[in-house]
Amino acid sequence: MALSTQHLLGIKDLKPEDIQLILSTAQQFKEVLQRPVKKVPSLRDVTIVNLFFENSTRTRMSFELAERRLSADTLNFTASASSVAKGETLLDTVNNILSMKVDMVVMRHSASGAPHFLAKHIPAAIVNAGDGINEHPTQALLDAFSMQERTGKLEGLKVAIIGDIMHSRVALSNIYLLGKMGAEVMIAGPPTLIPKYITEALDVRVTYNVKEALQWCDVANVLRIQLERQNQPLFSSLREYNLAYGISRRLLESLDKEIVIMHPGPINRGVELDSDVADGPHSIILHQVENGVAVRMAVLYLLANREN
Amino acid sequence: MLKAILTEQQVALSIKRLAHQVMENHLQLQDTVIIGMQPRGIYVSDRIVDELKQLVAPAKIKYGKLDITFYRDDVRKELKLANKTDISFSIENKQVVIIDDVLWTGRTIRAALDALLDFGRPKKVELCVLVDRRFSRELPIQADYVGRAIDTFPQQKVIVKWKEKDGIDEVVLV
Repeated sequence: MALSTQHLLGIKDLKPEDIQLILSTAQQFKEVLQRPVKKVPSLRDVTIVNLFFENSTRTRMSFELAERRLSADTLNFTASASSVAKGETLLDTVNNILSMKVDMVVMRHSASGAPHFLAKHIPAAIVNAGDGINEHPTQALLDAFSMQERTGKLEGLKVAIIGDIMHSRVALSNIYLLGKMGAEVMIAGPPTLIPKYITEALDVRVTYNVKEALQWCDVANVLRIQLERQNQPLFSSLREYNLAYGISRRLLESLDKEIVIMHPGPINRGVELDSDVADGPHSIILHQVENGVAVRMAVLYLLANREN
Repeated sequence: MLKAILTEQQVALSIKRLAHQVMENHLQLQDTVIIGMQPRGIYVSDRIVDELKQLVAPAKIKYGKLDITFYRDDVRKELKLANKTDISFSIENKQVVIIDDVLWTGRTIRAALDALLDFGRPKKVELCVLVDRRFSRELPIQADYVGRAIDTFPQQKVIVKWKEKDGIDEVVLV
């Protein structure tokens, strides 16, 4: 039993068996995290560098914690405090780090495809921690893990992905993963934030009516409005977005069923999600964060043990 | 070449004996916990625990399962699938009896000791195995309770079969 891939660049390259293996291994790591000593010696001989060319709180801390829980040695790199500011290229930066005998690279980059480029040029295993508007595979894996934990299944599960689909790597990774695992996906949000040909390119339904999506789904994964990636106004104001596409308690109570609310964080409170929904009983947002560590441990463990 | 080590009846008798030997040293099992080793030691520990339930009130028996995949010293050689660890009680200051099917090089038990210590500091740890392959240890580890001790060549394999899984209870040497 091993992963069919040497890197985790995106969910797109994974087979359903790979996803299953990661999720079931994560289940065992979740138990490890409940122990008095929340740590195993598996990656004692592995050194991992976290290369973050873009800001991150959750993902970065989650990876770092996962690495330490596996007893790996870790190095941290922040673009703003490095020689990148002096004009060093990505490949030079990484090759310099690798010459210090580093085995794995966890990278977040604002350019879509940056980890794919690296994978072609360096010998280390690469884990994509988010590349531009392309993929964020570990987020999709932890979302799937959390959905499965809460609802007991992925196959046949109806998942609505709501909000800024256009700029969301979380959305794309989730769509790939849910499709591979036999779940159904509906995309909802303002027309300006939904890519035009998405129904032709991917196996998803689309609605511009959030209530319709909520009424249809078992799980709603609500995405953050990514103002930093929008260079032109795609909706008139945050307040208007909240009124038309935000999820309020009243909206949830108007449904004739209970649904699960997820959000990859960071939340724009009062924009895509009202506070009483984010903190309410339907929300599993903090479970997602907790599960993130176990899922990332599984990914690192499986990739590290793939090479002999 | 197949050589029978334990027949169905002998497996049953050995397990009964092992349960009684554990009982003998841990009267009433008050401060004792039983830990079965995943994946194959579970079949032995399940049966020993069933025997113990005939001897003391079942509610008194603390029984957990331990998987040592993440503690192996050969993870980089072959990736093994992790199984469920389920220890829902504290082992702090308890007398732990680890149960496995075959004791061979001792490496699994070494990993188990490491894993166990991450759950607390037991007062004492003992080892109970159905089959002990003598003189083939690679680490200084020995069992306290042994079903059957055998002498084997390194290239030989001890196969333990269980009714639940293989349709028959027996131990053979290949």
